[in-house]
Formats: sequence, C-alpha cells, structure tokens
Amino acid sequence: MTSSPRLGASSYSPADQSGFASIDAVTAALGSAGYISTPSISTALYLAHHLRKPVLVEGPAGVGKTDMAVCISKALSYPLLRLQCYEGLDESKALYEWQYGKQLLYTQVLKDKINHLIGDADSIEASLAKLSGFRDLFFSREFLAPRPVLKAMEQEGGSVLLIDEIDKSDEAFEALLLEVLADYQVTIPEIGTIQAQIPPLVILTSNNTRELGDALKRRCLHLHVGFPDADREQQIVRARVPDIGGSLLKQMVDFVQSLREQDIRKLPSISETVDWARTLLLMHAEALDPNLVRSTLSVLLKRQTDVISLDGKLDSLTHAAMTGSGSAA
Amino acid sequence: MERALTRFIRALRSAGADVSSTEAIDAARTVALVGYADREVMKTSLSMVLAKSEEEKVLHDHLFDVFFKTVDAAPRREQQDDPNADSAEGEDNSNLMPGQGESPGQGSDDSESQALSDNTPTDETGGDPDADQIGRFLALASNKNPAQVAMALQKAATAVGADEIRFASQTGYFVRRMLEQLGVEALERRLLEKLDDPSPASQAQAQELIDARMAVQQQARAHIKQRYEVFGRSATENFMNETIANRSIDQLEYRDLERMKFIVARMAKRLAVRHSRKRRIRNRGRLDIGRTLRASAANDWVPVDLIWRYKRKDRPKIVAICDVSGSVASYVRFLLLFLHTLRDEVSDVDTFAFSNKLHDVGDILARLSPEAAMDRIVDVAGSGSTDYGQALAELQESYFDTIDRRTTVIMLGDGRSNHSDPRLDIVQEIADRAKRLVWLCPEPPMRWGTGDSCMLRYEPLITKLYHCATAADLERAVDDVMLAYD
Repeated sequence: MTSSPRLGASSYSPADQSGFASIDAVTAALGSAGYISTPSISTALYLAHHLRKPVLVEGPAGVGKTDMAVCISKALSYPLLRLQCYEGLDESKALYEWQYGKQLLYTQVLKDKINHLIGDADSIEASLAKLSGFRDLFFSREFLAPRPVLKAMEQEGGSVLLIDEIDKSDEAFEALLLEVLADYQVTIPEIGTIQAQIPPLVILTSNNTRELGDALKRRCLHLHVGFPDADREQQIVRARVPDIGGSLLKQMVDFVQSLREQDIRKLPSISETVDWARTLLLMHAEALDPNLVRSTLSVLLKRQTDVISLDGKLDSLTHAAMTGSGSAA
Repeated sequence: MERALTRFIRALRSAGADVSSTEAIDAARTVALVGYADREVMKTSLSMVLAKSEEEKVLHDHLFDVFFKTVDAAPRREQQDDPNADSAEGEDNSNLMPGQGESPGQGSDDSESQALSDNTPTDETGGDPDADQIGRFLALASNKNPAQVAMALQKAATAVGADEIRFASQTGYFVRRMLEQLGVEALERRLLEKLDDPSPASQAQAQELIDARMAVQQQARAHIKQRYEVFGRSATENFMNETIANRSIDQLEYRDLERMKFIVARMAKRLAVRHSRKRRIRNRGRLDIGRTLRASAANDWVPVDLIWRYKRKDRPKIVAICDVSGSVASYVRFLLLFLHTLRDEVSDVDTFAFSNKLHDVGDILARLSPEAAMDRIVDVAGSGSTDYGQALAELQESYFDTIDRRTTVIMLGDGRSNHSDPRLDIVQEIADRAKRLVWLCPEPPMRWGTGDSCMLRYEPLITKLYHCATAADLERAVDDVMLAYD
C-alpha cells in the first residue's frame, strides 16, 4: 500500500501519528474519550487527517456531531477551537480583528512622546516621513485580536477547528472560509500571510436548514451521521449514564427506537435519550411502566403537538418495549 | 486499479452524481491510502469523497455494489499464481473484479459447457489464423477458466466501447460487436464449411460450434446488460423524465403519475434551492449614518466600523386558487400534485380550490398523500359548474386577509365561467392588494376569449399571464414568481 505524497512542506510529529495510525486507532481514541464511534465516523476522521481535507458532518440535531470534535480533541490532546456560526458572521468575528480601542488608547498615552519625536521637523513632509515609521508599530501583532480560525492556524502541534452550524451563516462567509481552507493560510494586509505549520483538523457541522454552496461541499469530505441503531444507542447511554440498570436500559432504548418510527415532527435524538436515562435514574425507576412514561414523555418529545398526537399509541408502545417484542407499529 | 476507478467515476457521472475532477483526484488518493483489501472500508471512504449529499450517497452505494462484484474466493486463489496475460492492466491485484457479468448467467453456461468440455475441440492446428481464433473462442465457451473468460469479455467490451450504451435497445448491437471482437466470424466461416459437408463427424463438429457460439453469446449479453445497468439505465431514466416534463399535461396518463411525482418533487426542490437565499441583502452602496455614529461611540466618535444600509427581503407568501371543475379536469391532478409538493418547499402557501364554491384545501393537502388528497379535493370542490364570480366573491368575503402586500396570488384556471359575472372588480382589488397576481392558463392564447372564456377580460388586470401546458412551463412560471422576491 503506497502512501499518498503529502502536499506542502509540513511533517507530522510522531505523537500525532499514533492516534491516526489506522481507522481502528481512531475508534479506540474516541472510545477512550467516551464517544462511541461508528466505522463511518472513524473513517472520516482518518481520511481527514491523512488527506488533509475538512469534514462536513450533516445530520439531525443532537446525534453527536459537535461531540465528535470535542472528543477527538480530548483524546489526542489537541486544543479545540470553536466557531459558532450565525447569519452576519464576518471576518472580524471569525478571522481577526484590530483592537481599535487599544490603539487609540496607546496613541493618547504616547501623544506627548510623539510630539517630542517630530518636534524638530518643520515641514509636513518631514513630519510624515518620521510618522511613517510608527505606522507599523500600531499595526503589529500586539494589537491584533485573533479569532478562532486564525488561532487554529497559529497553533503549533496541530489543533481541531470546529465550525458549528455552518448552514446558519451566509454565502459571504462560505466564500471566506473556502479561501482559508484552500491553503490553510490567512492573509492580513498589514502584517503578512500566516501559514499553518500543521494544518488543523477542520470539522464543519450542519443541520441542513439550507443547501450549502457547491464549492464548499466539494472541498470537504462528506459524512452523514444519522440516528443510531439499538446496540449503539445502548452503548452510548451506558457510557454517559453508567449507573443505569441493564434491563431498564434495554426497555428504554427499544421504546425510543420505536418512537422514531412514528409520524412526529421532531424525532428524539441521542441527547434526549441520555437525558431521559438520567431522569429515570433520578426517579429510581427499575423498569418502564405506562405512568412513568407518560409523566416523563416531555423529556423525549419537545413539541406539544407530538405528545398529543401520540397519546393513543403510547401505551401500546410502552408495553411493546417492556416485553421486548421489538418496535410496535 | 486506476482504470477501474476512472470507469466507476464515469458511471457515477452518467447516473447523475456530478463528480468534479478534484474529487476524482481525491478518490485516487483515498484508494492509495486505504487500499482495496477491505471492501467496506473502501466503499465508505469513496462514498465520503465522491458523494456529497444523501441522494448521491444512495446512488453511490448502489453503483458500488453493481460495479464491483466479488468473485468467489476459491477460483480466485487458483488464478492468483497464474501469470495472466492481462496483468499489465493491474486489475487482478484486487479481490474485486470490476465489470464482471452476473453470476447466474455464468452458472447456466457452466452446466452447458460441462458437456462441451468432454469433447475437447478438435481444431486443426498449424498455420491457420482462423484456427487460433476458433480455438480461443471455444476455450471461452467451455468456461474452464472463469477469471480468464471474464478478462477476455471485459477486454472485448471495452474495445467496442460498451460503456457508451445508453438504451436497452442497443444491447443487440453491442453484443454482436463484442462477438466479432472475440472472433466469431472465423467460427462462422468454419461452421458454414462443416454444415456443407454431409459427413456425421462434420455435422457433430458443426453442432459443437453452434453451441459454443450460443454459450459465448449468452455470456456477452449478460456482460452488456450489466454495463447497461451501470452506464445506461440512468440515461434512460433522465430521457424519460425529460419527455414527460415536456409533454402536454392533458396527454399524460394515470400511469405516468409516479414519474410525475418524481419530476414535480425535483422541480420543487430546484425552486426551493434557487430561492432559499437569506432574506437580508446588504446594500453596500449606502452608508447608514445613524448606526455608524452610534457604533463609534466607544471609539471616541471615530467611525472605524462602517455600517451599511440593508434591505429586508420579504419571504415569499403564495396564495394559490385552483379551478378544479370538469373543464380543466385533466390538469387538475397535476396542478394539485404540484401544490402538494410546493407546500413542502415553500413554507407559506395557502391553497384554495373551487368550481362554483370556494374551499380551503390547505388542510387536506397537508394531511393526506397526493393521490388521496387529489380525490378528496375533487370530491369536495369539484362538483357543480364553474362560476368564477361566485368563487371570487367568497374569497373576498372570507379569506381576504390572507392577501397582503407580500403575497403572490396564483390563479390556476382557464377562465371559462359559463357566462356568469366574472367580477372584475374583485380581481382588480386582489391585484391592488397583493404584490402580484399571476394567472396560469392551460389553454393556448388563441382560444382565449372564445365561447365563455373571460380570459381576455381578466388579462389587463393581471400582472402576468402564463400559458402553462407542460410541466416545464409550470416550473418556469413558478420560478418567475419566486424571482420577484429576490
């Protein structure tokens, strides 16, 4: 198996290699941080690291897209830099910003000194010539406030850059991002170009509220994370809520799985299942029963219309989960 | 392996998943990285690099399974040490055998060729070029070496350009070309000689040759069929879809409904994508002085942050009023199907149906499936003779507040009102209140104004009047409607 020639001059330190040595190594690393991974997730991260491409993770809310980034950074001890997107996000919040206040303050403080320095210049040209030397001082790194993307480029030793909910941003921001992700460098007109020594592992998450631009989609690896199957969900809940009993866990997960097949507007995702597990634990429940389910249903279903529409089927679903006969239609 | 990957990507492209050149290069790097030893890993990796949306992923998985069929492990290992003449192509380094014919087809040939293999072909050797070809052909027919047979078929198919197949009707042509490539002409010459010779030995040999030819023909056909599955089927689908999209709606039959649903869904999706841009545009030409000054308060009134004026875009709001009476019966199904799909894509749609009384059918379209909704709507609203005036009056009475300055009102109908009062005054009021009034008429312009049609009387009051006879027309009209909101 030949390895691909890596573009660019950067080389990876041995410490990084261990986590990404193989797809199984990635799964193990995620597991050590408490994240139950699937083959596709591990493959995506493995490819992202070795091919040096960003990963676009799409899927319903609450299935662990953000968590994945958090856990991989924890497992491999990379710093995590997080950028939450919203409409109107521009480069001053994403890349860098000049600290105008600080600059103005310094000029005020140094006003006397500046006067003294150009005091002996008697024409405007001479004064300007003297001043032009100072311009660079006030636009130096000291007055630059780096934002997550720039910080990610500056990390030595690699980092994980999480760009959350990119579908909430607008097209202008996507264009900005494309530029940065193409060469992993940021150009600041006054200072120069800052190139990432070790390119960060970039993870973009999207809830699919709008179609992302084609250019961005083509640039990234595309990973779809859906709702888990029963086994994986049990593993996840057990990892997050270790004290839960085995039989209750199985009944719970069966119930949630059957709920997902119903015709409701907002399907419960893993985070809701975990919350429900904690709730049931708090109530010292040993097994499911219809009253318990009815009283705690709002933890699972966040929309009142869904709760109402399921009213008739609730008991039959609960009984099916209790007896472990699989999902009732 | 690169050849196989290139062909796979070509298959993906012809099936509708646009794979760009960059992605193709990335795919090659991916395969070099993960190797092709593990089929699942390769499938997942390629799907991440080549398929960038859910539909594309489904397509990719399906094509991957069809394209890369695994050979049985046992014969594979036997051939492993066999120095294959075609090893230069590098295709036998993998467990995956691209482009092989379907196993059932080969299975039946196997039993047939078992009988053949007992009578080893008695070909005349020595100096006869035909003999070599016939010998090879018979070897193919006997199928003793499946991997080699597959290789030979593969080469022949590529040589005749079988990847270009687009329609099922081209199968026969490609099969014949493949056979010619494999040397069937030499066989046929020999066959004619044998048939002319009345001796029993010759007759037996002739029969052998006929059987051999049929065996290879079957194999070739299976191979070409698989190529069609991969490369041609989606082209046929697209062609059918285009035809239906451009056929006049009243000529569509009920059995086209499935295809119609697909087209309409695709249409609605295209419209939604095109018009789903965010609703605030920054009008960079003009400075918003007030906001700029307010923002500069922290900077001692030095305006370092310039704030520009922005225009707020209205969200599209559509009120659709659909004539469901007998005169437009054939169009009704299609239009209702379209409305049903539109509701999924545009959030703010109010729908009404009328023939002589107006009914709000939004609830029905939301609750029921398209077919059930259509039937129900025609039941509820479709009886009675058309009366535009009364319907418009009811609209004014009960539903006028749904029409405001950001609404586009779409009337779908032929304007034929059985000589009743067309209530032009209400139409005028609608046109004034709403952002636009758009009329989609299934009749061609030369029929407007004939008989009881009031189209010409409505025409001056309407913002835009479209003649919509095909699905493509409908899409254009709705696109225009949505453009007004950009």
